Amino acid sequence: MKTENELIPHLFRTEYSKLTAVLGRLFGFEHIEIAEDIVSDTFMIAAETWGQKGLPENPVAWLYTVAKNKAKDHLKRNQLFSEKIIAAIKADTDESYEIEIDLSGKNISDSQLQMMFAICHPAIPAEAQIALSLRILCGFGIEEIADAFLTNKSTINKRLFRAKEKLRTERVKIEFPPKPEISRRLNTVLTTLYLLFNEGYYSLSQNISLRKDLCLEAMRLMLLLSENKETNEPQVSALLALMCFHASRFEARMGEDGESVLYEEQDTALWDQELIAKGEHFLSLSANDSQPSKYHLEAAIAYWHTNKTDSTEKWESILQLYNILLLIEYSPAAALNRTYALARANGKELAIIEAEKLNLEGNYLYHSLLGHLYTDVDNETARHHFNIALKLTRSIPDRRKIQEHIKKLQMS
Amino acid sequence: MNEFTFIYRNQQNPDVQFSPEQMQGILKQWRDWMGSMAAQNKIVSPGNRLAFEGAVVRKDNVVTDGPYAEIKEMISGYTVVQTETLAEAIELAKGCPIFNAGGSVEVRSIIPMNM
Repeated sequence: MKTENELIPHLFRTEYSKLTAVLGRLFGFEHIEIAEDIVSDTFMIAAETWGQKGLPENPVAWLYTVAKNKAKDHLKRNQLFSEKIIAAIKADTDESYEIEIDLSGKNISDSQLQMMFAICHPAIPAEAQIALSLRILCGFGIEEIADAFLTNKSTINKRLFRAKEKLRTERVKIEFPPKPEISRRLNTVLTTLYLLFNEGYYSLSQNISLRKDLCLEAMRLMLLLSENKETNEPQVSALLALMCFHASRFEARMGEDGESVLYEEQDTALWDQELIAKGEHFLSLSANDSQPSKYHLEAAIAYWHTNKTDSTEKWESILQLYNILLLIEYSPAAALNRTYALARANGKELAIIEAEKLNLEGNYLYHSLLGHLYTDVDNETARHHFNIALKLTRSIPDRRKIQEHIKKLQMS
Repeated sequence: MNEFTFIYRNQQNPDVQFSPEQMQGILKQWRDWMGSMAAQNKIVSPGNRLAFEGAVVRKDNVVTDGPYAEIKEMISGYTVVQTETLAEAIELAKGCPIFNAGGSVEVRSIIPMNM
């Protein structure tokens, strides 16, 4: 049962994103600041009033009523502006123009989806898309966003300002893309949401609850996509499955001192079985007739990793999944993971030959892998690679792990 | 980086039948070989396999059942790779599983398009 102190920030963030989406769509990017101001004012009044008089019976309805009235007031006061909106509404319908601000569940979801497509627009850089998503779609404060990106408030403010300017000059409309374009635009949205998730999952920021919130927000937005018929493509289910599998290990990944616990050392009792089951559900939904997307492959690989027990079938399957994934999109991480799976499936000697061809000299994971592969095959070479890996990484848990390996080699 | 095409040739031999296990083994060899090149970031396009049925069209609309039925070795597919030199591309080709089946790989430079 959440205390009043916990309830309000959580409530604020959830309802902030919904209100901003609906009002943002109404005002458009040209006047997005008005929408943001109205919502901020609403929450300020709520904080003051509820602080004095206590929580209202229906906090959400209270917020919606206040925000609606502020929006209507603004439209009425700004004659020229409201005439434009009225003209637009009249053009669509012949009915009377009492401005109704629709805060039904459906309009809220639709508005958030449309806002998502508008923000995750190819015209602005990916990091701007993420920052804008966090601000407008997820209701994060500037300081929180700066913390997540390990940068400062002024950088984030500039990034947000430039992004909004660009969306204005490109005249980006807050609406669903036309049907033939949805697939293509969805790719951009998914890339951004995946980056957002990874910010939370891999970030070196010490603020653990913030990082968890980033992952959960990415998953919430993915869920919106999966619940809408127009946007629920198989790759949406695949990416959602992937996020569920990763998120299931969130607790196990965090050590007592905030350091990351590597997969092999994680306490599987801390893995969230409910999230794993959800992931399996979305994975089965993602099955389709055409070519698998990279998300399908990554989800399938992640699914194998939800079970630590070893088998040749497991590693052979993972190897073949990486073989296909690398054909779709090369990445050094996939190349290294493929080589590791090859070692587990077909032996170290073969994997060493393959690893030596990878050409990833500046990458500490590359040298870590070679160190691991050469261990008990050629310990001098193993030590050589571990020492290079040590020089190339600043991550404390990774350095500790490499130093342990080096020590083991010295003792044998 | 330069691009090269691998042109696979093999003999179509109706007498040779592979058991399911053998087929699995051959599939794994091809997938692992492609995966190996992909892991080195040397695949431009995995290419395609080509069916043995087809036709050859010549001038005056002459169409014959192809491809070249009198020649036992036929083109069975292609892949496009990227390496710095032809020598490197040849090194890659040496890993091809087609040799186990008596086939060959022709390695040709791609001439870049000048627009």
